[in-house]
Amino acid sequence: MRLLPIVLMAAVALSACTRPDRFGGAGADGMGAGGMGAGAGGAVTTVPGGPGDPNSPEYFNQVVGDRVFFAVDQSILSDAAKVTLDGQAQWLQSHPDYLAVIEGHADEVGTREYNVALGARRANAAREYLISRGIPATRLRTVSYGKERPVAVCSDESCYSQNRRVVTVIAAGAIS
Amino acid sequence: MLKRLLAALMGLSMATLLAAPAMAQQGPLRIEITEGVIEPIPIAVPIFEDEGGAGQLAADIARLAAEDLTGTGLFRLVSRDAYITQTSDFDGAVAYADWRAINAQALITGAVSVNGSALNVKFRLYDVFTGAELGAGLQFNGTTDGWRRMGHKVADAVYSRITGEGGYFDSRVAFISESGPKDNRARRLAVMDYDGANVQYLTDSSSLVLSPRFSPTGDRLLYTSYASGFPRINMLQVASVGSQALTTADGEMAFTPRFSRDGSQIIYSISSGGNTDLWRTDLGSGQHTRLTNAPSIETSPSLSPDGSQIVFESDRSGTQQIYIMSATGGEPRRISFGEGRYGSPVWSPRGDLIAFTKQNAGRFHIGVMRTDGSEERLLTASFLDESPTWAPNGRVLMFTRETQGAAGGPTLYSVDISGRNLRQVQTGAFASDASWGPLQP
Repeated sequence: MRLLPIVLMAAVALSACTRPDRFGGAGADGMGAGGMGAGAGGAVTTVPGGPGDPNSPEYFNQVVGDRVFFAVDQSILSDAAKVTLDGQAQWLQSHPDYLAVIEGHADEVGTREYNVALGARRANAAREYLISRGIPATRLRTVSYGKERPVAVCSDESCYSQNRRVVTVIAAGAIS
Repeated sequence: MLKRLLAALMGLSMATLLAAPAMAQQGPLRIEITEGVIEPIPIAVPIFEDEGGAGQLAADIARLAAEDLTGTGLFRLVSRDAYITQTSDFDGAVAYADWRAINAQALITGAVSVNGSALNVKFRLYDVFTGAELGAGLQFNGTTDGWRRMGHKVADAVYSRITGEGGYFDSRVAFISESGPKDNRARRLAVMDYDGANVQYLTDSSSLVLSPRFSPTGDRLLYTSYASGFPRINMLQVASVGSQALTTADGEMAFTPRFSRDGSQIIYSISSGGNTDLWRTDLGSGQHTRLTNAPSIETSPSLSPDGSQIVFESDRSGTQQIYIMSATGGEPRRISFGEGRYGSPVWSPRGDLIAFTKQNAGRFHIGVMRTDGSEERLLTASFLDESPTWAPNGRVLMFTRETQGAAGGPTLYSVDISGRNLRQVQTGAFASDASWGPLQP
């Protein structure tokens, strides 16, 4: 029987949702505001909380890499995706205070509802991989946005390939 | 709210009319919608008579009824400039010769009166060439705020008498109103009249909303909301705009909700562990029942009008295809076998056809097929057409058409099941995912 939410995870979801930029707007997916100035002029400065700080979410997003990409209508992880996810797993191992919401996305070439289901498949593939690399399942939630949250807006493969993605969005929030 | 009063006026029955000899080359006023090619019937709709306090509404209601009818592609309006009489003389004798002279085949006359906010609209329909009234005069009572509904009701009655089919003009459509750039689009749940008028927003744009569906009586809407951060099914009372989230087990995503035909149950998709299956929940008892159990994607369900079967899409064969199974689950049978992928199937309210989205060779189509998969017919083609919804009479489909590129966006279109009369619905902004509600009482 499938009834009633589990209180613990509901609390986790709420804490993740209170971050104002969690499901932010244009290009905000996983790109923390602190990252925008980084590398300007070619010099990466180590600012606490910036991408030069290996303990920062910006480091996770930009240096480790917060996203992996998929072939058309596929949810199989490529070798490149696995390398990125290995890095994510390593980072999450050493930062146990962080939880992750794994977002699955699709390109616009598909029907809306199928794409939600496809995004869920992709997010789950990444989640299963992270679990296989030792991350507790309780730290990882998945959500699918289908084709509703593109990061690239043109209507050809150069954009579609960026939109067929899974983004691991981390948020500090110890499990209590 | 509305009272329908039948007033037998001229005493001419349909049988008498149909037996009447045809004048000129024309037969009795009748359209068989299933005929292959239709020459629109010329109609005259003079400004309705003001029987007291109607003012501009006498003209507005007549114009709206005419717009509804001509919008079907089955009628064309004879220009009012040609009319020998500009305004209805509602109770006077009809000068048929005057209308024959300008080749009007049907004549609609009407009268409007307003008392405070109370609005009364009467109309009569005449077959000009047989020189007789078609059906009895009819009147509708409403409010001045709802004057458009009165125009739609006149048009529904005329459409119904001439085609023998139910009308669809006095109906509401739920949809997703979209605004903002493609990579940061705001979405609001909204309802509007079938023609795009009277848009009412039911949610703000703070969270993503998808796939609204009207209840069979139009009193409630189901939709998918990301307000919790995850897709969840919400049910909203249209009158009070009060909504509630339906409970979902943690770690699961719930989406694609549809009402059962009696409105007491919902069928929907649950995605858990990456796998999407169909479920049913009884709204009264809260009991959940699993309908499919396969490692593939099962989604986009739609119930048959008698509630006994579900059409849905599945990629169990490797690509999206359409299947039908019992409403209680069990072994599905595949009905789509053409080239390409088939998704978002919707069962016709008449029970005879399944509308669907087809994706093939880089194009998207809206199409219909019989429930055994035969007689597939594609009605549209574009960069991206999807998500058909049926008019209450099962003769017209509304769907989403999305244009490509950075500035692209979705708008709603309607098309006859014959493939004729493709029209954009004037929503005034990006709009997607329409759900056509029932004819209003």
